[in-house]
Amino acid sequence: MAARSDGRLGKWLVIGPPLAYLLVFFAAPALIMVLASFRTPGEFGGLSPLIENGNIDLNLDSYVRFFTDSIYAQIFLKSVWYALLTTLFCLLLAYPLATLIAKSGKKHRDLLLLLVILPFWSNFLIRVYAWMIILGPNATLARMVNGVLAWVGHEPVPLLFSSFAVLICLVYVHLPFMVLPLYANLEKHDQALLDAAQDLGANAWQRFWRITFPLSLPGVYAGAALVFIPALGIFAIPDILGGPEDSLIGNVIKQQFLETRDWPFGSVLSIVLTVAALAIAGFAAWIARGRLGTPSSAREARA
Amino acid sequence: MRRRSPALWAAALAGYAFLYIPLVIVVVYSFNDSRLNAEWVGFTFDWYRKLFHNEEMLSAAGNSLLIALVASAVSTALGTMAGVAMYRYRAKLLAVLVLTPIAIPEILMGVSLLIFFVMLNLRLGLASVALAHIAFCIGFVAIVVRARLAGMDESLTEAARDCGATPWQAFRYVTLPLIMPGVIAGALMAFTLSIDDFVITFFTAGAGTVTLPLQIYSMIKIAVTPEVNAVSTLLMLLTLALIVVATRLTPSLFRN
Repeated sequence: MAARSDGRLGKWLVIGPPLAYLLVFFAAPALIMVLASFRTPGEFGGLSPLIENGNIDLNLDSYVRFFTDSIYAQIFLKSVWYALLTTLFCLLLAYPLATLIAKSGKKHRDLLLLLVILPFWSNFLIRVYAWMIILGPNATLARMVNGVLAWVGHEPVPLLFSSFAVLICLVYVHLPFMVLPLYANLEKHDQALLDAAQDLGANAWQRFWRITFPLSLPGVYAGAALVFIPALGIFAIPDILGGPEDSLIGNVIKQQFLETRDWPFGSVLSIVLTVAALAIAGFAAWIARGRLGTPSSAREARA
Repeated sequence: MRRRSPALWAAALAGYAFLYIPLVIVVVYSFNDSRLNAEWVGFTFDWYRKLFHNEEMLSAAGNSLLIALVASAVSTALGTMAGVAMYRYRAKLLAVLVLTPIAIPEILMGVSLLIFFVMLNLRLGLASVALAHIAFCIGFVAIVVRARLAGMDESLTEAARDCGATPWQAFRYVTLPLIMPGVIAGALMAFTLSIDDFVITFFTAGAGTVTLPLQIYSMIKIAVTPEVNAVSTLLMLLTLALIVVATRLTPSLFRN
């Protein structure tokens, strides 16, 4: 009995501090931002007082602005498009990497995996900066590309400050997020299935497309969510590597908070971004569960 | 049986090259005797020498170090509690609060904390940055600690309780030593995340406070010199050292 009551006390001593911290420094700011999205921008930026002459000033003005001014919908769609392309290219690059790691012997597997993770741990800005060097106008790559272009009689193109630079860096920065879940999935595949398919006359492509790929879909969805969501909210990469045309939703949010200082509208954009990110994560989780709940859980149950 | 086709090798090799060539270029040009990061001219340590005489850079590094120390200490304590709570008590609300900051785009946490701090009239600076860093580091520590707990035998704690240990004693003398590698790995991870963070710091630092990533950002935006390469190389070395220590402590960490 005594053990039980101090068990409960102990439980709250453990849960309490981190819960309190995150309620204050994560949940409360998020709710305040939701509230801010219904408020009026202040005369000198920020927010105007919530209660003025005894009236509570809450309105839908910023939401109306988002849904009526098509420029924001366009930027949002462009961000979705960039994030989709990033996810797709990450998948194409990650698949061979994850396959190779999953097929390696135990000895090399950890090393190969670590080699994928290591660049991710170097500073984010350094990785962006690296592409600034590679794509720079005086660098070898730009001279080679423009040399070829001049040879076929084309005007030289700048590689830096372009959509190309933004996309390649988006792929570069997010690649490990695709490799890890994909590897975790591929590693569990049963080689016997592929051997059986081969015995029945399936060629390499058929074995991949009809067996390996469908079985890897949960890993693909998990990786896609891990790439798509951060890519959707990115602002530093277009800011550093992009041209004026490459402004994404993250850049507009940054601009609203730090330059225009229209916080209600910035909050609306942030909320739209959050809803989109969570919806996509939920959708990916839902598909992954519905799709592969059956075969993989059946296999796990057998194991 | 386990054949690997040359095509697969070639594709994977291209993938690794893609991952590493950019970083190698940054490091190589940090020793290049030219202001332009365009072609190799000759070997020099000049950029490192300039770096150590750059007052702004040194003060930014000092700020980053201070914030990272405070943020990793506090978030390790809170994150360990959260990891234990999530594993033992299956605390649902806590799990949501711990994992959501990791799942949403960083910019959202940055801007919401900006509104929050300004509303509280808290002056933006070292303190606000440290408070923000703690909030996003807790989740990473909690995940590592929970993974460590999942790999350990809970009956040991129960045995200690049966032998008359108080819950605190059972935790202090049985559970904690067993999960210690996870706690230390979590602390190193929090330290690295804090010292590397750009996005959340960008919004919560205010005008007067500069950390290393913020300093790098303004250098990249205004005038690129190989000094950026030099500081990047040093930062990579530091991170690499921390990661090596962390992997040594919990070899299973990167497999899950």
